[in-house]
Amino acid sequence: MSSFPHKHLLGLEDYSADDILKILDTAESMKEILARPIRKVPTLRGVTVVNLFFESSTRTRISFELAEKRLSADTVNFSSSGSSLSKGETLLDTARNIEAMKIDIVVIRHRAAGAPHFLAHHLEAVIVNAGDGCHEHPTQALLDVLTLRQKFGSVKGLRVTVVGDIAHSRVALSNIHALKKLGATVAICGPATLIPRDVAGLGVGVVYSIDDAIAQSDVLNVLRIQLERQEAGLFPTLREYQKYFGVTRTRLEKAQRPLTILHPGPINRGIEITSDVADSEHSLILDQVTNGVAVRMAVLYLLSGAKQ
Amino acid sequence: MEYRIKTVLVDAQGFDRTLTRLAHEIVERNRGTANLAIVGMQTRGVFLAKRLAEKIQTAEGIGVPLGTLDATLYRDDFRTRLKSPKAQITDIPFDIYDMNLVLVDDVLYTGRTVRAALDALMDFGRPRRIQLAVLVDRGHREMPIRPDFIGKNIPTSMNEEVRVRMNEIDGEDAVLLVEVSP
Repeated sequence: MSSFPHKHLLGLEDYSADDILKILDTAESMKEILARPIRKVPTLRGVTVVNLFFESSTRTRISFELAEKRLSADTVNFSSSGSSLSKGETLLDTARNIEAMKIDIVVIRHRAAGAPHFLAHHLEAVIVNAGDGCHEHPTQALLDVLTLRQKFGSVKGLRVTVVGDIAHSRVALSNIHALKKLGATVAICGPATLIPRDVAGLGVGVVYSIDDAIAQSDVLNVLRIQLERQEAGLFPTLREYQKYFGVTRTRLEKAQRPLTILHPGPINRGIEITSDVADSEHSLILDQVTNGVAVRMAVLYLLSGAKQ
Repeated sequence: MEYRIKTVLVDAQGFDRTLTRLAHEIVERNRGTANLAIVGMQTRGVFLAKRLAEKIQTAEGIGVPLGTLDATLYRDDFRTRLKSPKAQITDIPFDIYDMNLVLVDDVLYTGRTVRAALDALMDFGRPRRIQLAVLVDRGHREMPIRPDFIGKNIPTSMNEEVRVRMNEIDGEDAVLLVEVSP
Protein backbone atom coordinates (compact mmCIF):
# COMPACT_ATOMS: atom_id res chain seq x y z
CA MET A 1 0.00 0.00 0.00
CA SER A 2 1.33 3.40 -0.90
CA SER A 3 -0.21 6.77 -1.56
CA PHE A 4 -0.50 8.34 -4.96
CA PRO A 5 1.36 11.64 -4.86
CA HIS A 6 -0.88 13.70 -7.17
CA LYS A 7 -4.20 15.41 -6.70
CA HIS A 8 -4.78 16.11 -10.41
CA LEU A 9 -3.80 14.70 -13.76
CA LEU A 10 -2.96 17.83 -15.72
CA GLY A 11 -0.18 16.37 -17.84
CA LEU A 12 2.49 13.70 -17.77
CA GLU A 13 5.36 16.19 -17.66
CA ASP A 14 5.20 16.32 -13.85
CA TYR A 15 4.49 12.60 -13.36
CA SER A 16 7.40 10.28 -12.57
CA ALA A 17 8.05 6.89 -14.15
CA ASP A 18 6.82 5.32 -10.89
CA ASP A 19 3.55 7.26 -11.03
CA ILE A 20 3.01 6.15 -14.63
CA LEU A 21 3.82 2.52 -13.83
CA LYS A 22 1.41 2.61 -10.90
CA ILE A 23 -1.36 3.78 -13.23
CA LEU A 24 -0.51 1.02 -15.73
CA ASP A 25 -0.49 -1.67 -13.02
CA THR A 26 -3.82 -0.45 -11.67
CA ALA A 27 -5.20 -0.41 -15.22
CA GLU A 28 -4.40 -4.12 -15.53
CA SER A 29 -6.62 -4.80 -12.52
CA MET A 30 -9.32 -2.64 -14.07
CA LYS A 31 -9.07 -4.52 -17.35
CA GLU A 32 -10.01 -7.70 -15.55
CA ILE A 33 -13.25 -6.06 -14.38
CA LEU A 34 -14.16 -5.29 -17.99
CA ALA A 35 -14.00 -9.02 -18.78
CA ARG A 36 -16.43 -10.02 -16.01
CA PRO A 37 -20.11 -10.89 -16.45
CA ILE A 38 -21.00 -7.82 -14.35
CA ARG A 39 -18.64 -5.11 -15.53
CA LYS A 40 -19.07 -2.78 -12.58
CA VAL A 41 -17.56 -2.27 -9.15
CA PRO A 42 -18.91 -0.01 -6.38
CA THR A 43 -15.63 1.82 -5.71
CA LEU A 44 -16.63 5.40 -6.61
CA ARG A 45 -20.19 5.20 -5.31
CA GLY A 46 -21.22 8.66 -4.17
CA VAL A 47 -18.51 10.40 -6.20
CA THR A 48 -19.78 12.85 -8.80
CA VAL A 49 -17.84 13.47 -11.99
CA VAL A 50 -18.62 16.14 -14.55
CA ASN A 51 -17.30 15.71 -18.07
CA LEU A 52 -16.70 19.21 -19.41
CA PHE A 53 -16.09 18.91 -23.12
CA PHE A 54 -15.55 22.29 -24.72
CA GLU A 55 -14.30 20.56 -27.87
CA SER A 56 -16.02 17.80 -29.77
CA SER A 57 -14.96 14.26 -28.94
CA THR A 58 -16.49 10.85 -29.39
CA ARG A 59 -13.97 8.30 -28.25
CA THR A 60 -12.47 10.12 -25.28
CA ARG A 61 -15.82 11.31 -23.93
CA ILE A 62 -17.45 7.88 -24.19
CA SER A 63 -14.34 6.25 -22.76
CA PHE A 64 -14.29 8.55 -19.73
CA GLU A 65 -18.01 8.14 -19.21
CA LEU A 66 -17.76 4.36 -19.35
CA ALA A 67 -14.80 4.38 -16.97
CA GLU A 68 -16.81 6.49 -14.51
CA LYS A 69 -19.86 4.26 -14.78
CA ARG A 70 -17.85 1.03 -14.40
CA LEU A 71 -16.63 2.45 -11.06
CA SER A 72 -20.20 3.45 -10.05
CA ALA A 73 -19.59 7.21 -10.05
CA ASP A 74 -22.43 9.59 -10.86
CA THR A 75 -21.72 11.37 -14.11
CA VAL A 76 -22.88 14.59 -15.66
CA ASN A 77 -22.02 15.52 -19.21
CA PHE A 78 -21.53 18.95 -20.58
CA SER A 79 -20.73 19.91 -24.12
CA SER A 80 -20.19 23.45 -25.25
CA SER A 81 -22.93 23.48 -27.85
CA GLY A 82 -26.26 24.40 -26.32
CA SER A 83 -24.68 25.64 -23.09
CA SER A 84 -24.46 29.04 -21.51
CA LEU A 85 -20.97 29.39 -23.01
CA SER A 86 -22.74 30.42 -26.17
CA LYS A 87 -24.32 33.14 -24.01
CA GLY A 88 -20.89 34.55 -23.18
CA GLU A 89 -20.16 33.03 -19.77
CA THR A 90 -16.46 32.70 -18.90
CA LEU A 91 -14.78 29.36 -18.23
CA LEU A 92 -14.24 30.28 -14.61
CA ASP A 93 -17.88 31.22 -14.06
CA THR A 94 -19.04 28.01 -15.73
CA ALA A 95 -16.69 25.97 -13.57
CA ARG A 96 -17.58 27.77 -10.34
CA ASN A 97 -21.25 27.23 -10.98
CA ILE A 98 -20.68 23.57 -11.61
CA GLU A 99 -18.62 23.26 -8.46
CA ALA A 100 -21.37 24.97 -6.45
CA MET A 101 -23.45 21.91 -7.30
CA LYS A 102 -20.95 19.72 -5.36
CA ILE A 103 -18.75 18.01 -7.89
CA ASP A 104 -15.78 15.84 -6.87
CA ILE A 105 -13.97 15.36 -10.17
CA VAL A 106 -13.88 17.50 -13.31
CA VAL A 107 -12.76 15.91 -16.59
CA ILE A 108 -12.04 18.73 -18.99
CA ARG A 109 -11.24 19.06 -22.66
CA HIS A 110 -10.63 22.57 -23.91
CA ARG A 111 -9.10 24.17 -26.99
CA ALA A 112 -6.93 26.42 -24.80
CA ALA A 113 -3.70 24.95 -23.50
CA GLY A 114 -3.60 25.31 -19.72
CA ALA A 115 -7.37 25.34 -19.17
CA PRO A 116 -7.16 22.32 -16.78
CA HIS A 117 -4.34 24.02 -14.82
CA PHE A 118 -6.47 27.14 -14.56
CA LEU A 119 -9.35 25.13 -13.10
CA ALA A 120 -7.02 23.27 -10.74
CA HIS A 121 -5.88 26.63 -9.42
CA HIS A 122 -9.39 27.92 -8.81
CA LEU A 123 -11.47 24.88 -7.84
CA GLU A 124 -11.35 22.38 -4.98
CA ALA A 125 -12.28 19.47 -7.25
CA VAL A 126 -9.86 16.93 -8.73
CA ILE A 127 -9.08 17.91 -12.33
CA VAL A 128 -8.36 15.40 -15.10
CA ASN A 129 -7.07 16.74 -18.40
CA ALA A 130 -8.83 15.12 -21.35
CA GLY A 131 -6.91 17.22 -23.86
CA ASP A 132 -5.96 20.91 -23.69
CA GLY A 133 -5.20 22.68 -26.96
CA CYS A 134 -1.81 21.70 -28.39
CA HIS A 135 -0.45 20.91 -24.94
CA GLU A 136 -1.19 17.48 -23.41
CA HIS A 137 -3.61 14.57 -23.62
CA PRO A 138 -2.25 12.44 -20.78
CA THR A 139 -4.78 9.59 -20.73
CA GLN A 140 -4.19 8.98 -24.45
CA ALA A 141 -0.45 8.60 -23.85
CA LEU A 142 -1.10 6.33 -20.86
CA LEU A 143 -3.27 4.02 -22.92
CA ASP A 144 -0.65 4.04 -25.67
CA VAL A 145 2.13 2.94 -23.32
CA LEU A 146 -0.19 0.38 -21.69
CA THR A 147 -0.93 -1.09 -25.13
CA LEU A 148 2.78 -1.24 -25.94
CA ARG A 149 3.63 -2.78 -22.58
CA GLN A 150 1.04 -5.50 -23.12
CA LYS A 151 2.49 -6.31 -26.54
CA PHE A 152 6.22 -6.08 -25.72
CA GLY A 153 6.29 -6.74 -21.96
CA SER A 154 8.08 -3.45 -21.35
CA VAL A 155 8.38 -0.08 -23.03
CA LYS A 156 12.05 0.22 -22.09
CA GLY A 157 14.35 0.15 -25.10
CA LEU A 158 11.54 0.29 -27.66
CA ARG A 159 12.13 2.60 -30.61
CA VAL A 160 8.95 4.58 -31.15
CA THR A 161 8.39 7.22 -33.82
CA VAL A 162 5.44 9.58 -33.61
CA VAL A 163 4.41 10.53 -37.16
CA GLY A 164 2.35 13.50 -38.33
CA ASP A 165 1.48 16.98 -37.13
CA ILE A 166 3.72 17.07 -34.07
CA ALA A 167 3.55 20.84 -33.59
CA HIS A 168 -0.20 20.89 -33.04
CA SER A 169 -0.54 17.55 -31.30
CA ARG A 170 -1.26 17.13 -27.61
CA VAL A 171 -1.08 13.38 -28.18
CA ALA A 172 2.50 13.73 -29.41
CA LEU A 173 3.68 15.77 -26.43
CA SER A 174 2.11 13.47 -23.83
CA ASN A 175 3.46 10.44 -25.68
CA ILE A 176 6.97 11.88 -25.70
CA HIS A 177 6.84 12.47 -21.93
CA ALA A 178 5.42 9.02 -21.14
CA LEU A 179 7.66 7.06 -23.50
CA LYS A 180 10.86 8.82 -22.49
CA LYS A 181 10.15 8.43 -18.78
CA LEU A 182 9.64 4.70 -19.30
CA GLY A 183 12.93 4.40 -21.15
CA ALA A 184 11.88 4.24 -24.81
CA THR A 185 13.85 5.89 -27.60
CA VAL A 186 11.53 8.42 -29.17
CA ALA A 187 11.67 10.13 -32.56
CA ILE A 188 9.23 12.40 -34.35
CA CYS A 189 8.58 12.47 -38.07
CA GLY A 190 6.60 14.84 -40.29
CA PRO A 191 6.84 17.74 -42.72
CA ALA A 192 9.19 20.47 -41.45
CA THR A 193 6.24 22.87 -41.13
CA LEU A 194 4.59 20.51 -38.64
CA ILE A 195 7.66 19.94 -36.44
CA PRO A 196 7.79 22.31 -33.45
CA ARG A 197 10.57 24.91 -33.55
CA ASP A 198 11.74 24.30 -29.99
CA VAL A 199 12.10 20.57 -30.53
CA ALA A 200 15.63 20.41 -29.09
CA GLY A 201 14.38 20.66 -25.50
CA LEU A 202 12.24 17.53 -25.85
CA GLY A 203 15.16 15.14 -26.24
CA VAL A 204 13.78 13.30 -29.24
CA GLY A 205 15.22 12.52 -32.67
CA VAL A 206 13.72 14.25 -35.71
CA VAL A 207 13.25 12.43 -39.00
CA TYR A 208 11.93 14.14 -42.12
CA SER A 209 11.46 10.98 -44.18
CA ILE A 210 8.85 8.37 -43.40
CA ASP A 211 11.03 5.66 -44.96
CA ASP A 212 13.89 6.52 -42.59
CA ALA A 213 11.42 6.49 -39.69
CA ILE A 214 10.21 3.03 -40.66
CA ALA A 215 13.78 1.74 -41.02
CA GLN A 216 14.74 2.78 -37.47
CA SER A 217 11.57 2.03 -35.47
CA ASP A 218 9.79 -0.83 -33.73
CA VAL A 219 6.57 1.15 -33.38
CA LEU A 220 4.91 3.93 -35.35
CA ASN A 221 2.36 6.06 -33.53
CA VAL A 222 0.56 7.62 -36.49
CA LEU A 223 -1.27 10.85 -35.66
CA ARG A 224 -4.41 12.06 -37.31
CA ILE A 225 -3.92 14.84 -39.83
CA GLN A 226 -6.30 17.56 -38.76
CA LEU A 227 -7.90 18.69 -41.97
CA GLU A 228 -8.11 22.33 -40.88
CA ARG A 229 -4.29 22.53 -40.82
CA GLN A 230 -4.19 22.15 -44.54
CA GLU A 231 -6.38 25.21 -44.88
CA ALA A 232 -3.83 27.09 -42.77
CA GLY A 233 -1.28 26.40 -45.48
CA LEU A 234 1.10 24.24 -43.46
CA PHE A 235 1.29 21.66 -46.20
CA PRO A 236 0.17 21.99 -49.82
CA THR A 237 -2.46 19.28 -50.23
CA LEU A 238 -3.70 16.15 -48.50
CA ARG A 239 -2.58 14.14 -51.54
CA GLU A 240 0.91 15.46 -51.17
CA TYR A 241 0.93 14.61 -47.46
CA GLN A 242 -0.30 11.14 -48.28
CA LYS A 243 2.38 10.72 -50.93
CA TYR A 244 5.31 11.75 -48.70
CA PHE A 245 4.17 10.79 -45.18
CA GLY A 246 1.32 8.32 -45.57
CA VAL A 247 1.97 4.99 -43.83
CA THR A 248 1.31 2.34 -46.48
CA ARG A 249 1.86 -1.38 -46.69
CA THR A 250 4.40 -0.93 -49.50
CA ARG A 251 6.52 1.30 -47.27
CA LEU A 252 6.23 -0.99 -44.23
CA GLU A 253 7.21 -4.06 -46.23
CA LYS A 254 10.67 -2.57 -46.82
CA ALA A 255 11.41 -2.97 -43.10
CA GLN A 256 13.28 -6.06 -41.90
CA ARG A 257 10.51 -7.03 -39.47
CA PRO A 258 6.90 -5.99 -38.95
CA LEU A 259 6.31 -2.65 -37.21
CA THR A 260 3.61 -2.23 -34.62
CA ILE A 261 1.10 0.49 -35.50
CA LEU A 262 -0.74 2.79 -33.10
CA HIS A 263 -3.20 5.53 -34.00
CA PRO A 264 -5.17 7.66 -31.51
CA GLY A 265 -8.18 7.95 -33.84
CA PRO A 266 -10.25 9.03 -35.55
CA ILE A 267 -8.52 7.68 -38.64
CA ASN A 268 -8.47 9.50 -41.96
CA ARG A 269 -8.31 6.33 -44.03
CA GLY A 270 -6.12 6.77 -47.09
CA ILE A 271 -4.42 9.93 -45.78
CA GLU A 272 -2.05 9.39 -42.85
CA ILE A 273 -2.58 5.63 -42.92
CA THR A 274 -4.02 3.22 -45.50
CA SER A 275 -6.82 0.81 -44.63
CA ASP A 276 -4.69 -2.29 -45.17
CA VAL A 277 -2.24 -1.02 -42.52
CA ALA A 278 -4.90 0.21 -40.08
CA ASP A 279 -6.72 -3.13 -40.24
CA SER A 280 -3.63 -5.35 -40.30
CA GLU A 281 -2.60 -7.78 -37.57
CA HIS A 282 0.20 -5.40 -36.55
CA SER A 283 -2.23 -2.59 -35.83
CA LEU A 284 -3.18 -2.24 -32.15
CA ILE A 285 -5.72 0.50 -32.76
CA LEU A 286 -8.70 -1.32 -31.23
CA ASP A 287 -6.61 -2.57 -28.29
CA GLN A 288 -5.85 1.08 -27.62
CA VAL A 289 -9.56 1.84 -27.39
CA THR A 290 -10.20 -1.06 -24.99
CA ASN A 291 -7.23 -0.04 -22.85
CA GLY A 292 -8.51 3.53 -22.81
CA VAL A 293 -11.39 2.62 -20.53
CA ALA A 294 -9.12 0.66 -18.16
CA VAL A 295 -6.53 3.46 -17.99
CA ARG A 296 -9.17 6.09 -17.25
CA MET A 297 -10.64 3.87 -14.52
CA ALA A 298 -7.17 3.58 -13.01
CA VAL A 299 -6.64 7.36 -13.10
CA LEU A 300 -10.03 8.10 -11.50
CA TYR A 301 -9.43 5.42 -8.88
CA LEU A 302 -5.97 6.63 -7.90
CA LEU A 303 -6.89 10.32 -7.85
CA SER A 304 -10.04 9.87 -5.78
CA GLY A 305 -8.34 7.64 -3.22
CA ALA A 306 -5.61 10.07 -2.27
CA LYS A 307 -7.12 12.25 0.42
CA GLN A 308 -4.54 14.77 1.60
CA MET B 1 5.15 1.37 10.76
CA GLU B 2 7.47 0.04 13.47
CA TYR B 3 6.54 -3.13 15.30
CA ARG B 4 7.98 -5.39 17.96
CA ILE B 5 7.48 -9.15 18.01
CA LYS B 6 5.86 -10.22 21.29
CA THR B 7 5.31 -13.94 20.66
CA VAL B 8 5.66 -16.49 17.93
CA LEU B 9 2.14 -17.94 18.10
CA VAL B 10 2.57 -20.63 15.45
CA ASP B 11 5.84 -21.99 14.05
CA ALA B 12 6.40 -23.64 10.68
CA GLN B 13 5.45 -27.12 11.87
CA GLY B 14 2.31 -25.89 13.61
CA PHE B 15 1.43 -23.86 10.52
CA ASP B 16 1.44 -26.96 8.33
CA ARG B 17 -0.54 -29.04 10.86
CA THR B 18 -3.17 -26.31 11.13
CA LEU B 19 -3.59 -26.20 7.36
CA THR B 20 -3.86 -29.98 7.19
CA ARG B 21 -6.62 -29.91 9.79
CA LEU B 22 -8.46 -27.10 7.98
CA ALA B 23 -8.28 -29.02 4.69
CA HIS B 24 -9.82 -32.09 6.31
CA GLU B 25 -12.52 -30.05 8.03
CA ILE B 26 -13.46 -28.42 4.75
CA VAL B 27 -13.84 -31.78 3.00
CA GLU B 28 -15.72 -33.27 5.93
CA ARG B 29 -18.20 -30.41 6.26
CA ASN B 30 -18.85 -30.39 2.50
CA ARG B 31 -19.15 -34.21 2.34
CA GLY B 32 -16.39 -34.53 -0.24
CA THR B 33 -15.20 -32.33 -3.04
CA ALA B 34 -18.24 -32.26 -5.36
CA ASN B 35 -18.98 -28.64 -6.42
CA LEU B 36 -16.31 -27.47 -3.99
CA ALA B 37 -14.05 -24.57 -4.95
CA ILE B 38 -11.56 -22.47 -3.02
CA VAL B 39 -11.08 -18.73 -3.40
CA GLY B 40 -8.09 -17.04 -1.78
CA MET B 41 -8.12 -13.36 -0.84
CA GLN B 42 -5.19 -11.18 -1.80
CA THR B 43 -2.45 -11.33 -0.68
CA ARG B 44 -1.68 -14.17 1.76
CA GLY B 45 -5.09 -15.80 1.45
CA VAL B 46 -4.11 -16.67 -2.12
CA PHE B 47 -1.18 -18.78 -0.93
CA LEU B 48 -3.21 -20.31 1.90
CA ALA B 49 -5.91 -21.29 -0.61
CA LYS B 50 -3.34 -22.86 -2.89
CA ARG B 51 -1.91 -24.93 -0.05
CA LEU B 52 -5.38 -26.00 1.13
CA ALA B 53 -6.21 -27.12 -2.43
CA GLU B 54 -2.98 -29.14 -2.53
CA LYS B 55 -3.80 -30.79 0.79
CA ILE B 56 -7.31 -31.65 -0.39
CA GLN B 57 -5.81 -33.08 -3.58
CA THR B 58 -3.46 -35.24 -1.50
CA ALA B 59 -6.20 -36.44 0.83
CA GLU B 60 -8.99 -37.02 -1.68
CA GLY B 61 -7.07 -37.53 -4.92
CA ILE B 62 -9.21 -34.90 -6.63
CA GLY B 63 -8.26 -31.35 -7.51
CA VAL B 64 -10.65 -28.51 -6.64
CA PRO B 65 -10.99 -25.29 -8.67
CA LEU B 66 -8.92 -22.44 -7.26
CA GLY B 67 -9.60 -18.72 -7.61
CA THR B 68 -8.06 -15.44 -6.50
CA LEU B 69 -10.05 -12.48 -5.21
CA ASP B 70 -9.09 -8.88 -4.57
CA ALA B 71 -11.79 -6.99 -2.70
CA THR B 72 -10.01 -3.61 -2.71
CA LEU B 73 -12.49 -2.01 -5.10
CA TYR B 74 -15.40 -3.07 -2.87
CA ARG B 75 -14.06 -1.68 0.40
CA ASP B 76 -16.13 0.78 2.43
CA ASP B 77 -13.16 2.79 3.66
CA PHE B 78 -11.80 3.66 0.22
CA ARG B 79 -12.64 7.35 0.45
CA THR B 80 -11.65 7.83 4.08
CA ARG B 81 -8.23 6.21 4.08
CA LEU B 82 -5.15 8.33 3.66
CA LYS B 83 -3.60 5.92 1.23
CA SER B 84 -5.16 4.32 -1.80
CA PRO B 85 -4.68 0.58 -1.51
CA LYS B 86 -3.21 -1.12 -4.53
CA ALA B 87 -5.83 -2.88 -6.60
CA GLN B 88 -4.63 -6.40 -7.30
CA ILE B 89 -5.73 -9.12 -9.65
CA THR B 90 -8.95 -11.07 -9.33
CA ASP B 91 -8.99 -14.33 -11.26
CA ILE B 92 -11.88 -16.75 -10.87
CA PRO B 93 -11.39 -19.11 -13.80
CA PHE B 94 -14.57 -21.15 -13.24
CA ASP B 95 -18.31 -20.55 -13.10
CA ILE B 96 -19.28 -20.05 -9.44
CA TYR B 97 -22.96 -20.76 -10.12
CA ASP B 98 -24.24 -23.41 -7.65
CA MET B 99 -20.75 -24.03 -6.25
CA ASN B 100 -19.82 -24.45 -2.60
CA LEU B 101 -17.17 -21.75 -2.26
CA VAL B 102 -14.66 -21.59 0.55
CA LEU B 103 -13.31 -18.07 0.93
CA VAL B 104 -9.83 -18.07 2.49
CA ASP B 105 -8.10 -15.22 4.33
CA ASP B 106 -5.18 -15.07 6.72
CA VAL B 107 -6.48 -12.96 9.62
CA LEU B 108 -10.11 -12.22 10.45
CA TYR B 109 -10.40 -8.94 12.36
CA THR B 110 -13.19 -6.38 11.81
CA GLY B 111 -14.91 -8.42 9.12
CA ARG B 112 -14.96 -5.51 6.67
CA THR B 113 -12.70 -7.14 4.12
CA VAL B 114 -14.87 -10.26 4.16
CA ARG B 115 -17.97 -8.08 3.72
CA ALA B 116 -16.30 -6.52 0.66
CA ALA B 117 -15.29 -9.96 -0.65
CA LEU B 118 -18.86 -11.25 -0.39
CA ASP B 119 -20.05 -8.31 -2.51
CA ALA B 120 -17.29 -8.97 -5.01
CA LEU B 121 -18.20 -12.66 -5.29
CA MET B 122 -21.85 -11.82 -5.96
CA ASP B 123 -20.76 -9.98 -9.09
CA PHE B 124 -19.49 -13.27 -10.50
CA GLY B 125 -22.76 -15.18 -10.08
CA ARG B 126 -24.81 -17.00 -7.48
CA PRO B 127 -22.90 -19.64 -5.57
CA ARG B 128 -24.86 -22.28 -3.65
CA ARG B 129 -23.02 -21.51 -0.44
CA ILE B 130 -20.05 -19.45 0.72
CA GLN B 131 -18.02 -20.60 3.70
CA LEU B 132 -15.21 -18.68 5.34
CA ALA B 133 -11.90 -20.22 6.34
CA VAL B 134 -9.32 -18.13 8.22
CA LEU B 135 -5.94 -19.03 9.61
CA VAL B 136 -6.36 -16.68 12.59
CA ASP B 137 -9.44 -15.16 14.20
CA ARG B 138 -8.25 -12.27 16.37
CA GLY B 139 -11.68 -10.93 17.40
CA HIS B 140 -12.87 -7.28 17.44
CA ARG B 141 -15.57 -7.80 14.80
CA GLU B 142 -17.39 -4.74 13.48
CA MET B 143 -19.70 -6.68 11.16
CA PRO B 144 -21.93 -9.73 11.68
CA ILE B 145 -19.39 -12.07 10.06
CA ARG B 146 -18.57 -15.50 11.46
CA PRO B 147 -15.93 -17.90 10.11
CA ASP B 148 -16.79 -21.54 9.36
CA PHE B 149 -13.25 -22.86 9.67
CA ILE B 150 -10.71 -21.38 12.08
CA GLY B 151 -7.03 -22.25 12.29
CA LYS B 152 -6.34 -20.50 15.59
CA ASN B 153 -8.45 -18.33 17.88
CA ILE B 154 -6.17 -15.61 19.18
CA PRO B 155 -7.75 -12.98 21.44
CA THR B 156 -5.82 -9.73 21.03
CA SER B 157 -5.89 -6.19 22.32
CA MET B 158 -6.38 -3.30 19.94
CA ASN B 159 -2.73 -2.20 20.00
CA GLU B 160 -1.56 -5.68 19.08
CA GLU B 161 -1.53 -7.09 15.59
CA VAL B 162 -1.31 -10.58 14.19
CA ARG B 163 1.15 -10.99 11.32
CA VAL B 164 0.96 -14.10 9.19
CA ARG B 165 4.21 -14.82 7.39
CA MET B 166 4.36 -17.27 4.52
CA ASN B 167 7.20 -18.92 2.71
CA GLU B 168 5.97 -17.75 -0.68
CA ILE B 169 6.53 -14.05 0.06
CA ASP B 170 8.10 -13.74 3.52
CA GLY B 171 10.56 -16.63 3.42
CA GLU B 172 9.10 -18.46 6.43
CA ASP B 173 5.84 -19.88 7.74
CA ALA B 174 4.83 -18.35 11.06
CA VAL B 175 2.12 -16.49 12.91
CA LEU B 176 3.43 -13.64 15.06
CA LEU B 177 1.82 -11.50 17.71
CA VAL B 178 3.33 -8.03 17.39
CA GLU B 179 2.93 -4.75 19.19
CA VAL B 180 2.57 -1.76 16.90
CA SER B 181 3.95 1.58 17.94
CA PRO B 182 2.12 4.34 16.12
